[in-house]
Parts: sequence; structure tokens; C-alpha cells
Amino acid sequence: MTTSTTDRNNTVRIKVALIGCNHLTAPVELRERIIFSTQQALQAADELRHQGILEEAVVISTCNRSELYGVPGDLAASATEAMEEYFTSFHQIPRSELHGRLYRWSGPEAVRHLYRVAAGLDSMLLGEAEILGQLRSAYNQALDHGATGPILNRMFQGALEVGKRVRSETEVGARPMSVALAGVKLAERVFGNLKGHSALILGAGAVAEQVVEHMRARGIGNLRVVNRSFDRAAELAQRVGGEAVAWESLETELGLPDILVTSVTASGPILTRSILERALAARSGRSMFVVDLAVPRNVAEDAAGLYNLYLYNIDDLGEIVAQNKKARESEIPRVEAIIAEHIDKFEAWRGALEAGSIVSDLREQFHQQREILIREQLKDMDEVSAGERDRIAHITEKLIERLLEHPEQKLKHGRGMRGRLAGLEAMRHLFGLDEEKK
Amino acid sequence: MHHLGYWSLAVYAASFACYAWNLYVPNPWVGRIATALLAAGIIVHYFYLYQRSLMLHTVPYDDLYGSMSLFAWLLGLTYLGLEFFHRQRSVGAFVTLLLICWIGALRVLTPRALPVPTVPHGALFALHVTLNTWAYAAFALSFVLSLIYLIQDRVLRSRRLGAAFWRFPALDVLDRMARSSVYVGLVALIAGVSMGLVWQHRLSGGYSLGDPKVIITVAILGVYLAYLFLARNAAWRGARAALLCALNFVIVLFSYTFVNLYLTRFHRFL
Repeated sequence: MTTSTTDRNNTVRIKVALIGCNHLTAPVELRERIIFSTQQALQAADELRHQGILEEAVVISTCNRSELYGVPGDLAASATEAMEEYFTSFHQIPRSELHGRLYRWSGPEAVRHLYRVAAGLDSMLLGEAEILGQLRSAYNQALDHGATGPILNRMFQGALEVGKRVRSETEVGARPMSVALAGVKLAERVFGNLKGHSALILGAGAVAEQVVEHMRARGIGNLRVVNRSFDRAAELAQRVGGEAVAWESLETELGLPDILVTSVTASGPILTRSILERALAARSGRSMFVVDLAVPRNVAEDAAGLYNLYLYNIDDLGEIVAQNKKARESEIPRVEAIIAEHIDKFEAWRGALEAGSIVSDLREQFHQQREILIREQLKDMDEVSAGERDRIAHITEKLIERLLEHPEQKLKHGRGMRGRLAGLEAMRHLFGLDEEKK
Repeated sequence: MHHLGYWSLAVYAASFACYAWNLYVPNPWVGRIATALLAAGIIVHYFYLYQRSLMLHTVPYDDLYGSMSLFAWLLGLTYLGLEFFHRQRSVGAFVTLLLICWIGALRVLTPRALPVPTVPHGALFALHVTLNTWAYAAFALSFVLSLIYLIQDRVLRSRRLGAAFWRFPALDVLDRMARSSVYVGLVALIAGVSMGLVWQHRLSGGYSLGDPKVIITVAILGVYLAYLFLARNAAWRGARAALLCALNFVIVLFSYTFVNLYLTRFHRFL
């Protein structure tokens, strides 16, 4: 483990450290014990900084991961040790229980891990988009709280950019990965925007409920629930903001919805071809999308041939999900390329600050300017003797040293790494040192 | 082809590349660039047609080359209008590809030399020709949209969804876009035919209603009106209506090529 330091030549060593565990390293029984609430995350960031373990800190905590990101302070010789110590004491968990469960990364590997998280490569569901929102939220809260600094700001902004690019430039998050979402996305292929369309939920199974949630999220207009048990239908309808309908009026209801989701436990098909044919006629032949989630199937197989009826059963949806999973996996190299590009960017920025003494760069620049100025000004002054020229050169050299003395002391002995880095970055920018190096 | 013609072809090709890229990996900015390039291509193409018109002293319609180029320009313009109206870019790749192929075919299949300037027939006649060509362009667009509808419907029914499937517009959107296009075509055709009749009456005091071009134009009006009626009918709405729309375009194509080249007396290309 390395730490962030400033050496004798003002050469800043920027290091980031990370400890955490996720769904791959820890079971849910353990993960639920080490979760940080929003308040706890900010408290932890504060305490880690006040105890001198970290100078900048961000805590990410979701159902699948708990991670501490930080920039170790000058004196923190073994920051990950200290972070781990803090982590276990915060949650009052014996260290032995986390043995082999926690991962520790530092330097570019920590950056790579964060970027992979942002890209959805480290998620349980490859390419899922939710993590990017969670990451943004955790970072913004830490930023507002004053827990971040130039290093983590740069690193997290890079991560958010990676997440955005991955989702707009690759297919890794494009296709539905659950049976429920696949059903809803297919319905969108028929009707486009689901706003203003209607759905009928037949039965109250768990997957059907997920389908309803996805449809609700897309603003489906009218939602009705039919179940053999009216009470269960009413319960689900109330939960999802729909309307419960009696089982007896099923055939009448079938003529209304654009989307039918069925998951009734029955020994054979309850929706025959003729029933659906009548339903289509009742809706003047307008298209109907039917998702049959039941096993045994609720919809007779020959109904699939009906004009303007699109029928998908659980196996069809399962196959689509499997295809999509393969397609997402095939995108991983493109995602890794985007991550590598952004790691290079971060490392280049870091390298610019680490490359050497900014004051030395500045001194060199000032001396160059001094020589040019003296040459230009004394060009036409033949009356100035060689001795006088030497004195002018000597005085201006002293002036440069005196002007640089104060910023040099500030950078060497200023309070905290964050302040020094901010100063260094500002100097590079103001004096155009990066441009010069190009 | 004048250098402006090559420029418009190049800009259409760039627009196609952006639309295709946006279809493969959706990116709002690439989509906007594709639309901007199409608009730029249409502007350059307009100036090309304008220069040709100046040399011929009329709207380019007397020769197959000029007429087909005008057709391509109006096709692009109609699509751009539909794209803004329906806020749907995923068809752009197909339309711009059609434009490129069409202009490329012009270069290969039709005589490039300018026809001898004819006696100007006046603004009413120019409008008659332009509106009728616009109608054909709109019908061509509805043909493309209907074809995509039929493919999408077939894929949905087969349940074997390829990578491109998720990028295509929804059936409902394709259906609405095709109908919008047919509406544009019908309005343009009715207005164009009316102007043609007025112009002919002014010229000769009568109407050549027996001309094959007039007969087939009435047939085109009939089949597209039938499509609009059947597209709302229970037994026809959906894939059958899309198939009918696609087949109707065969008659348009027949009218535009065979009738214009061989059958009509006064609608003939030079």
C-alpha cells in the first residue's frame, strides 16, 4: 500500500485506495450487515478524514456492494489496513468474519475497479443501469458534504463519463435481461410508447407483478387485474394502482386491453383460440400482445396464428433473455476499451501532477522569459557595459527566486494534500505549464 | 452530373453513415448529425436542381434524369418532414440508402446530357409536375415504411429476434408514418392533378381524360384511398394493410416509368 505524499522536490505522489466487498465476494447475509445508509456513508467519510486515515473519501453502498474509496493522507503508511480496521469497527463485525471477503485495490487498479462498476461490468446483472445512478448519488452527496477533493472528483467524474459512454456507445445495457422486462420491451415493439395503452393482468404471479411494475414505470394508461380470488386481484390492483375485475367478466374484459399478461395456475389452456378471436373482433382487429407466463400455458398454442395477435410464452421470453445475455457479453471488449481509455486519461492527469516539481517548471519558464526580455531590451543600448549587463542579469535572477519563494513554501508546507493539489493544479493551469509540455 | 450533384450525393452518403451508426449504437448526437446532414444534402440538391432549371428554363421534368432527381429530392424532403413530425429517426438509414441508390442509378441508367430547352409552360404547369412528383415520392416513402413494417411483423411472429430488431421503430409508429406519408401523397396528387386539368383547359379548352397517364393516376388515387379505408378495417389493419400499401407502389412505379416512357402521348419524357 502506498500513500499520497509530497517529496522534497515538491513531486506529489497521488494514490487512491479502495476496500470493499460485493455480491461476488460476500453472501447476502454478510452484505446486509455491512450496508451504509446515506447518513452513515457521510458519517464514515467524515470520520475517516478526521482520523487522518483519508484526505478524501466516498462511500458507495448498494444491495450488492459496500465500498470505501479514498485518498490516503500523508502519514497513513498503511491506509487500507486502517480503512479495514475502521470498516469492521463501524459495523461491529469481527475482522475474521471479513477475512477473504474484502478486496483491496490501490492506484490504477482502484480506478479500474470504479470504472468497471460504473460500466455495469461488476454488477450481478451485466450492464444494468441502476448502478450508475447509485454511483452518481453517492458521489454527489459526498461532494456536497465536502468529503471529496480534486483526486476523487476527477476519478468519479471519469467514472460517470465511462458509465454514460458505455450505455450510449455499446449494447451492453441495451437489451432486456429479465423475462418481465423482455415482455414489456416486446410490447413496446408493437405499440411504441405504452402511455395511453391498456393492459389486463390475468392471475397474480410474482413475474406478472414484475411485468406490471415495468409497465407502470413506462406510464401504461389503464391497468386491470383479474384473478380467481377477487381479494387477491383487489390487493394487487391496489398495490399497482389498477382496477380489480371479477373473474366472471373475463371474456368481456378481454376485448379491451392492448396487452394481456396471464399467469393463472390451471391444468390446461383457459384462453382458447376462439375466445381470443372474439376478443380481437371486439377490439376491431387492433393488435393485441399476449404474454403467457404460466406453466402449463394459459393460452392455446393455435392462438398464435391469429391475425394481429402476438403471443409469447415463458420459454420464448427465456430464450430472448439468453440471447440478450450472450449479446451483452460479446460487448465486454468494447466496454473494456472505453474503460482503458479513461484510465489512461486519469493516469495522464495524475502523471502531469507527479512528473516533477511544478516550481522547477515555473522557474525554468521564468528564466527563459527573463533572457528573452533582457536580450530584447538591451539590444539597442550600446552604452550599457558588460559589467552592468551582468548586474542586471543577477538582479533579475534574484527577483525570480524571491517571487517563487512564497508559492514554494506554500506548496511544501501547506495544510493537507487537497489544498496542495488544488494549488498545483491551479498553477499549472494559470501558467500554462501543461500546454508548454505539449 | 454537375459538381453540386456529386456534393449532394456525398452528403447523403455521410447522412446514411450516421443514420446507420445511430441504428446500430443509438447516440442522440449522431442522430442529430444524421438529420442535419440530410437537411444539408437536401439544400445542396436543391441548388443543383435550381441550376438545372435555370439552364432548361423550367422545373426539371422533361427528361427522365431531371424528373428522377427531382423525385429523389422530394423523397428526402418528405422524409425529413415525417421525421420531425413523428420524432423517429430509425428509418433514416433506409431512406438515405434509397436516395443514394436512386441517384446512383440515375448516373448509370439515364442519359446525362441536358435536353434541349423547351418552351416554358408557365408556373401552373411547373406546379402540376412538382406536386405530382412529390406525390410519387411520398408514396415511395410509404412503400419503404410498409416494407419495414412487414419485416418487423414477420420477425415478431417468428420470435427469432436479431440484433437489429430492438432498434427498429414499433409497428404502431411505422403504421402511422406510412399513413402520414400516404396522406401527403394523396393531397399532393389531388392538388397536382387539379392544376394539370386547369392548365390543360386553359391551353386547349378541354381535357384529355383518355390519356393512359390520366387513367393510371385515377387508379393510383383509388388504390391509396382504398388503403386508407382498409387500414382502419378490422380484417385489414396491420400487416395486410402494409402489404397493400407496398403493392400499391408497384402501380406508381409502373405509371412513373413504363407509362411515361411508352404509353402516354403528352406526359412523355424526352
